[in-house]
Amino acid sequence: MSDFIVLFLAVLLALLVKPLVEKRAEAFAAAVTGITFVQRNGVMLSAYLILAVLGWAVFMIILPQLYMVDFSFRHNLPFDQVGGPNDTHTFDNYRYLLFGREGDEEMFNWLHLKVFFKTILASACVTLFDLAICYPIAYYMAQVARGGKARLLVLCLIIPFWVNEILRAFAFRILFGTSGVINSVLMGLGFTDQGVDFLRADVGLYAGLTYAYILLMIFPLYNAIESLDHNQVEAARDLGSPWWRIHFRVVMPHAKPGIASGCTMVFMLSAGALAAPQILGGPSSLWFTQVIYQWFFTGLNWPQGSAYAFVLLATCIVFVMTIMRVFNVRFGEIAK
Amino acid sequence: MTSSNVMRFMVGFYILLFFGYLFGPLIMMGAAAFNESPFPQVVPWEGFTMKWFGQLAQDDQMIEGITNSLIIGLGVVCLSVPISLAAAVMMGQIYERLRPYYYVIVVSPVLTPGVILGISTLVFWDRLGVLAEAEYESIFYNGMFLSVVGQSTFISAYCMLVFMARLQRFDRTQEEAALDLGATHVQVFWKILIPFLRPAIFSAAILAFLTSFENYNTTVFTIQAESTLTTVLAGKVRMGTQPDLSALAVIIVMITLIGAVTHEIMRRREMAREEAAREEAMRADEKIDKTLGAKPIAATN
Repeated sequence: MSDFIVLFLAVLLALLVKPLVEKRAEAFAAAVTGITFVQRNGVMLSAYLILAVLGWAVFMIILPQLYMVDFSFRHNLPFDQVGGPNDTHTFDNYRYLLFGREGDEEMFNWLHLKVFFKTILASACVTLFDLAICYPIAYYMAQVARGGKARLLVLCLIIPFWVNEILRAFAFRILFGTSGVINSVLMGLGFTDQGVDFLRADVGLYAGLTYAYILLMIFPLYNAIESLDHNQVEAARDLGSPWWRIHFRVVMPHAKPGIASGCTMVFMLSAGALAAPQILGGPSSLWFTQVIYQWFFTGLNWPQGSAYAFVLLATCIVFVMTIMRVFNVRFGEIAK
Repeated sequence: MTSSNVMRFMVGFYILLFFGYLFGPLIMMGAAAFNESPFPQVVPWEGFTMKWFGQLAQDDQMIEGITNSLIIGLGVVCLSVPISLAAAVMMGQIYERLRPYYYVIVVSPVLTPGVILGISTLVFWDRLGVLAEAEYESIFYNGMFLSVVGQSTFISAYCMLVFMARLQRFDRTQEEAALDLGATHVQVFWKILIPFLRPAIFSAAILAFLTSFENYNTTVFTIQAESTLTTVLAGKVRMGTQPDLSALAVIIVMITLIGAVTHEIMRRREMAREEAAREEAMRADEKIDKTLGAKPIAATN
């Protein structure tokens, strides 16, 4: 534990010293702003602002993440050995994700790696699917519908979003179950007499995930498309551009920040989803978050679970950075 | 113009299909709550019944979960609204060069998967507990407390975005006028900024409560021995299939519907009031200009 605290203090010190080394004049200016900050807000108000923000940023955001990362490099020790001589750092947890236990027949830990890649790939598919079905609606709401009609559409979109995530998944179970509505309709029409196991084929899961994040795709798209001057679309049409070229050359380039923002949100949330895979996933298929959950609650190996969680977090960070680079947008535009 | 009619028909059909996808599952689930059949299903329809609602009221586990969810929700409101208000005010006052870093840090919980926030909160407080050599019954291992803290981590970020959106429309001249008239900055904060932010405080509180109430991903890790509505629900849905779940869904959908619609109406009314105030101000300006015989302000600028 102590070496971690030393490390943290070193980082903190480095952050404090950095501005001094970088530009002394600016550090001086910062100090001056610090004084005026207290003068400006008064002692009580300053104390509230600083305590609230520091308490949140340090004790709820930064330190817990650092502790999780630190924890993921430790051995899974019984309670009485924590802090003892055996409590050292190790790469074992990460090695396990890649190669499995020593002496296994397979070279790699395919069981978990497959789940990991499946989760990433499936999340990307859900994201693309959401983009495809939400774009026309967002365009319609932003550029075609007028006044009251547009407002009604927005309200209709928001309502399902307020329904609990687990109940939404449950609704899809009723729809896609072996004796569910869709199977009954299929059997009634004579397409099948057995009933298709949609849940085992993960159809229910993908439909449920796509459904769950529709709103997070539509709103960024809507905001971006709404700011487009409709005259540009008219101009392109007058110049003889077919409708699909108008979208590819005029609307989509304009809506780029919205597309980036929507894709990021949907990808992150589906990769990190837990309830929908637990409820809608087939009995033999797992989502990566379910593996993490198992390490915590059935495997009782928290450091291993933390390592898996950190891998998921790192993947998400890489994804956001890639999207920012590809779409050439800033962080602030994504997090709106 | 048949081609444009075909196009319009296609668009209408697509919108119908889309909203069918949006509402169909919920309607089916609602219908299952009133079906006599012992499994949550709509077909075959075995007759109308209300008995699943009665069964629900006797479920102690569910009642305990709902109580805990309400307590946690209130805790989250009390913690995240003051934090996010401070964070949003800080955004305007922080040293220019630090602002991008500050922004990335405080907005990052929005983009972090919920399970990771839950895990990091759990691990952090567990380690603190070890460090402080705390008892097992102490606050470091209390599922309710950890859930409030874990949920507030990202709910504060949501609320901060609400406050920032409102602050963007804040008219700085009001502040300057008050300062010119001799008010201190503290007075400006309490007498001008807070009243201006009051609708945002209200929306942030509602947003925080509802988000907390329906959160699962973070809570499932932090809650430990306790239970909330969502963890009880998830357990029941995974285990199996009883129509009383659909009955609960109907009740929750109704409550959230009423809540969402009320929130929407309040927001609309607030916007309409602001619009009216702005128009009033414009009209007053014009009147003054007319009486003074001057050009309209817009033209002089």
